[in-house]
Amino acid sequence: MVLVPQSQRRPSQRMKSTPIRGIWACMIFCLALSACRVPEGTSPTPGAAQTIQNKGSDTMVNLALAWAEAYTAKHPEIRIAVTGGGSGTGIAALINRTADIANASREMKPEEKAEARANGIEPVEHTVAGDAIAVVVHPSNPVDRLTIDQISDIFTGAITNWSQVGGENRPIVLLSRESNSGTHVYFLETVIRKGQPDNNALFSPDTLLMPSSEGISNEIRQNPNAIGYDGLGYVTPDQKVIAVGVSAAGPFVLPNATTVKDGSYPIARFLYMYTAGEPTGAIRDYLDWIRGPEGQAIVAELGFVPLAEEKE
Amino acid sequence: MTVHLEPDSNIPNQRLAKQLPVHWREFAIESLIRVAGVSTIGFVALILAFLLLEGAPAFWQTSWRVLLGQRWYPIFGIYGILPLVLGSLLVTAGAVVIAVPLGLATAIFVAEIAPRWLREILKPLIEVIAGVPSVVLGFLGMVAVAPLIRQELGIPTGLTALTGSLMLAYMALPTIITIAEDALDAVPTTYRDGAYALGATQWQTIWRVIVPAARSGILVAIMLGIGRVVGETMAVMMVTGNAARMPMELDAILRPVRTMTATIAAEMGEVARGSTHYHVLFVIGLVLFVLTFIVNAIASLLTIGARERRGGRLMR
Repeated sequence: MVLVPQSQRRPSQRMKSTPIRGIWACMIFCLALSACRVPEGTSPTPGAAQTIQNKGSDTMVNLALAWAEAYTAKHPEIRIAVTGGGSGTGIAALINRTADIANASREMKPEEKAEARANGIEPVEHTVAGDAIAVVVHPSNPVDRLTIDQISDIFTGAITNWSQVGGENRPIVLLSRESNSGTHVYFLETVIRKGQPDNNALFSPDTLLMPSSEGISNEIRQNPNAIGYDGLGYVTPDQKVIAVGVSAAGPFVLPNATTVKDGSYPIARFLYMYTAGEPTGAIRDYLDWIRGPEGQAIVAELGFVPLAEEKE
Repeated sequence: MTVHLEPDSNIPNQRLAKQLPVHWREFAIESLIRVAGVSTIGFVALILAFLLLEGAPAFWQTSWRVLLGQRWYPIFGIYGILPLVLGSLLVTAGAVVIAVPLGLATAIFVAEIAPRWLREILKPLIEVIAGVPSVVLGFLGMVAVAPLIRQELGIPTGLTALTGSLMLAYMALPTIITIAEDALDAVPTTYRDGAYALGATQWQTIWRVIVPAARSGILVAIMLGIGRVVGETMAVMMVTGNAARMPMELDAILRPVRTMTATIAAEMGEVARGSTHYHVLFVIGLVLFVLTFIVNAIASLLTIGARERRGGRLMR
């Protein structure tokens, strides 16, 4: 290296414009970003409009949004604010009186009911739709049928390679929702513990807990090693759905509206809405509409299972 | 340096100065500054007190043995925070190993080697990186970086500690670069002139004179970078896979982990206020607080040491 002549060396006093220009760049960037943000939480506006706060299950959030949109189109005086966060979050919000309707993809736990009563709230359950939990894998995975026992062994970590269930010699990557998800609890109780109350099996510690249903489908889409589970409404054509059998002898059943209704698909459940006490007024009308033909048509449209007629 | 005592061309202020004695204004401003400075200590103390208050019940509602366990499954009362602490440490260490050499090299390039016009372009660009929201980075990591890592390294999943470290390194870079660059820039020109006069090459000047002289500032840059990395939540939650496993194997960096911040963020919405789970989440917050406190304490100890050494050498 050669000595750098004085003139080419850095000036001792930096140009004043640099940091200022940097700050400007940041400010413009931040402004552009903040402009994109929508203010969170809709506060009830003063006037005739009534706001229904609807919070809970992430599985149900798209369904709840579709209901809310269709309903407010017909009843402009009603505003419905829908937020997700998980079934547990919704129920907690109902107990803390920050939500009028809690969406839950599982039944309320006895502890939650006790807590609600301690807060002076009598939770009332409304069954609003049916749903199946689809077990999904990457489309290139040759495995297309599994028994409940096999799925349980896979998710507890007893089976760690796809070759053990008739697939390629690949490690299995387990995907699950966060533990605040109603789907997580349902899957644990119904599939991993096979519905046995004395079974203490847990998800393997290697299970990846994805923060959203989208996180699961994204990883399933691109990772040939992955296996996950999700509500029927979240299954897209780029995921492969596994046919599930109760025993090795079969039958192996794919989840859809028919197999859920006739009870042949083993991992199905109801979706619920909870209210604080028997609902009245606008909330009553909204729930009746959801359980009526128009609401149930939207259920079918979004890939969930409409309630059977006799359930009305 | 000269200080302008009289406010020039500011008429209302001059009027005020005539009406009030000068020492009254000085007293007001001084006490304002003092209150602002002392309140910072107060805020930190309040945060610590709140964390202790909310976290303490966890210690009698569960036991130390449970809290130091190796399994985290809160909905069944299994609150072992060890995998979360180790996960955070692993991701942070990975990010520091990537970001520190890269950040320092960039800072040296921007401050010492790049011609002025390039520096004028680079500085604002680097600052813009700092403005990218971590959700955006996390999404990018999930959709683009994770599949790449899985395919290139041939590992079961791309959602690993390494992916988290990469995203965090990217986030810590602007902090490290700008602060280290400022520190390098603050080294007096006489140091460079002296080194060149002694016949040192540019590289020798940078490595033997300028970098050691700016050591305290560079350390602050690194420590602030680590602080950013330890506390980051959103991107980490999206790309590390969130598997609360003990990262004890040699290839743990290539496997999923769960960090403390991601755990708090993912679970705080679900917990009922006052439940054991709620208090344990505050214990995790407390551990995070203590960790960042230790990092900062080390930083200030090191910088005080460095300043004394440099001062001593200059005096002779």
